[in-house]
Amino acid sequence: MIEKKNRKGAYTALLAAALVLLAVIVLENVSTFLPKEMVPGVLRPTSQLFSVLKKGAVYSLAAVSMNLLNGFTGLFSLGQAGFMLLGAYTYAIFTVPAAGKDAVYYLFGGSAIKFSFQDIFGALFGTGGAGGAVSLVLGVLTAIILAGCVAALAACLIGLPVLRLKGDYLAIATLGFAEIIRAVFQWQALGPITNGANMIQGFPTFSSFNITGADGKVAFRLSTFVPFLVAIVCITVIVMLINSSYGRAFKAIREDEIAAEAMGINLARHKLLSFCISAFFAGVSGALFAMFVNNAQAKVYTTTMTYEILLIVVIGGIGSISGSIIATFLYVACSEWWLRFLDETMTIGTFQVPFLRAGFRMVVFSIVIMIVVLFFRRGIMGDKELPDLWKKRPRKAGKEGAQ
Amino acid sequence: MSENVLHIENVTMQFGGVVAVNNLTLDVGRGEIVALIGPNGAGKTTAFNCVTGVYEPTNGRVDFLGRPMVENYPQGKMEKLYQGENKGKYTQKRAPSPDKITQLGIARTFQNIRLFSALTVFENVLIAKHMRAKHNVFSAAFRLSRAEEQRMRREAMALLEEQGLDHLKDETAGSLPYGLQRRLEIARALATGPSLLLLDEPAAGMNPQETQELTGFIKQIRGEYGLSIFMIEHHMDLVMQISDRIYVLDFGRLIAQGTPGEVQNNPRVIEAYLGVADDAEN
Repeated sequence: MIEKKNRKGAYTALLAAALVLLAVIVLENVSTFLPKEMVPGVLRPTSQLFSVLKKGAVYSLAAVSMNLLNGFTGLFSLGQAGFMLLGAYTYAIFTVPAAGKDAVYYLFGGSAIKFSFQDIFGALFGTGGAGGAVSLVLGVLTAIILAGCVAALAACLIGLPVLRLKGDYLAIATLGFAEIIRAVFQWQALGPITNGANMIQGFPTFSSFNITGADGKVAFRLSTFVPFLVAIVCITVIVMLINSSYGRAFKAIREDEIAAEAMGINLARHKLLSFCISAFFAGVSGALFAMFVNNAQAKVYTTTMTYEILLIVVIGGIGSISGSIIATFLYVACSEWWLRFLDETMTIGTFQVPFLRAGFRMVVFSIVIMIVVLFFRRGIMGDKELPDLWKKRPRKAGKEGAQ
Repeated sequence: MSENVLHIENVTMQFGGVVAVNNLTLDVGRGEIVALIGPNGAGKTTAFNCVTGVYEPTNGRVDFLGRPMVENYPQGKMEKLYQGENKGKYTQKRAPSPDKITQLGIARTFQNIRLFSALTVFENVLIAKHMRAKHNVFSAAFRLSRAEEQRMRREAMALLEEQGLDHLKDETAGSLPYGLQRRLEIARALATGPSLLLLDEPAAGMNPQETQELTGFIKQIRGEYGLSIFMIEHHMDLVMQISDRIYVLDFGRLIAQGTPGEVQNNPRVIEAYLGVADDAEN
């Protein structure tokens, strides 16, 4: 009976994911198929909407991976930006085409890594037409997976000593790790690999996936679809993990470490596992973030970024995947789009509205966040998932059918 | 008493200059219910913790199912400080971590209930099945070991049915009344498939009626699962009713042992409890 309920939930979730992907494709292609006059401003390719959707997809993966660690395993870690940085750089280093390396690494006389994954696959499948598309997709996919693996490996190495710490001490240690990683990647001596403090660019980004026609114009847009696809696949894997026996073990550790140990759960092993898996997906989201901003630069991955993601997790509800996702899109939309008008001076007649100037957006935003944290302490969703809300009898414990 | 499930031999636990448990020797036979009692501060919990892996004894040995589990002798700073007996009789075998001890077959409950209170009753029991499941993180996450997962669920459900908790399976563990929480904690310990069950004050905080129910419950699970039970308890009614043998500890030393009848009439025990039977009941 439980099995049946689970399967039904899984099919519903798959259907929902497919619908979201379809909606994204339709939305971003309205402008390619309709004549220009008929397209509302919000759906034009330059609209803020798409930038919000892309960043939202990237951040939701980062937030969910952080939630796996903070919300489900109860390990308060602040290393997220560090793992994202590792992912972003790994992706960037291995996907800048060989032809473009000299231009990017001109300060260091070329890169130490002479190849890129697309070049390798290009040699196999060809570089033009369909072959080029295949080698691009495979190259990017390999680089993204490698990005996750590098982050997971780093997590494994630092996790061994650091996970002996608890609570705030763990947070401080992981925060320190993120800062060290950022400093190391800006180190000039590593220039031939990381391009020192300069940014790496020229690698495939989301818009590389747009299909261009013979006339050089975009025939079919996929630039928003790609981050959604990757994020949805990754989040599905995380949800499946959380609903498995290991997920239950993680939750047991969150609830009570001593009792979990008395149930035969090896604390060190399970904590390390959760830490590495979280880092893997943080690495993947870092690679996606690099694709979103078209460059990889260490100074972007600051503590502020970790806090931003932590904030999303808190607003969404610690221990709720759907909460994290909803909160991500709300947060990104507010910070990038809906509250933008606060940054521009506005005059009504001869009266200039006070306070509206560059930077005021962040003030209002901070107030909104303070209100959320003060009055909605459990976040939007608490520890419930979206399907729980549709159940007739709101049961405190009805997580069985979720996802 | 055929073979001993648990054999504690000359265990001394000394913290700095304080000897909490002094030269304790104790056996739990197969299928027995053995209680450890004593006034407050007698060292019961310390002795218990030497078995559950929380502490490593300063000196002495603990055998489980005839095999040595922990063994230690005073070393380092303790070598000079040691005030106990039987020095130099033992070698060292590091205590396994608590999760290893559970895997060996010693399950325990806690004095102040430690359930996974935000999870459901069913999940609480299911988690105990995790350690013996044959899967890894990939096969579990990608549903490649579905049969294993179903087996775990079946077993957990069967256990809940046996314990009469199946109608509560979707309730949050933290929302159960106190008596049922105790029961669930014991059911969860049983789910780890133990041969020895350690109960740390199972009747703490219970009213007389709940205590009475617990008495029946403990007897019943011993019969059903062929368990040996070793417990610390203050409720004398409970102890006298269900124990096969009782050990009495005072100031870290064993002062009496025997059947409930023998212990009840032992003058040293009465003295330790100040001779006031009423006091002992709290």
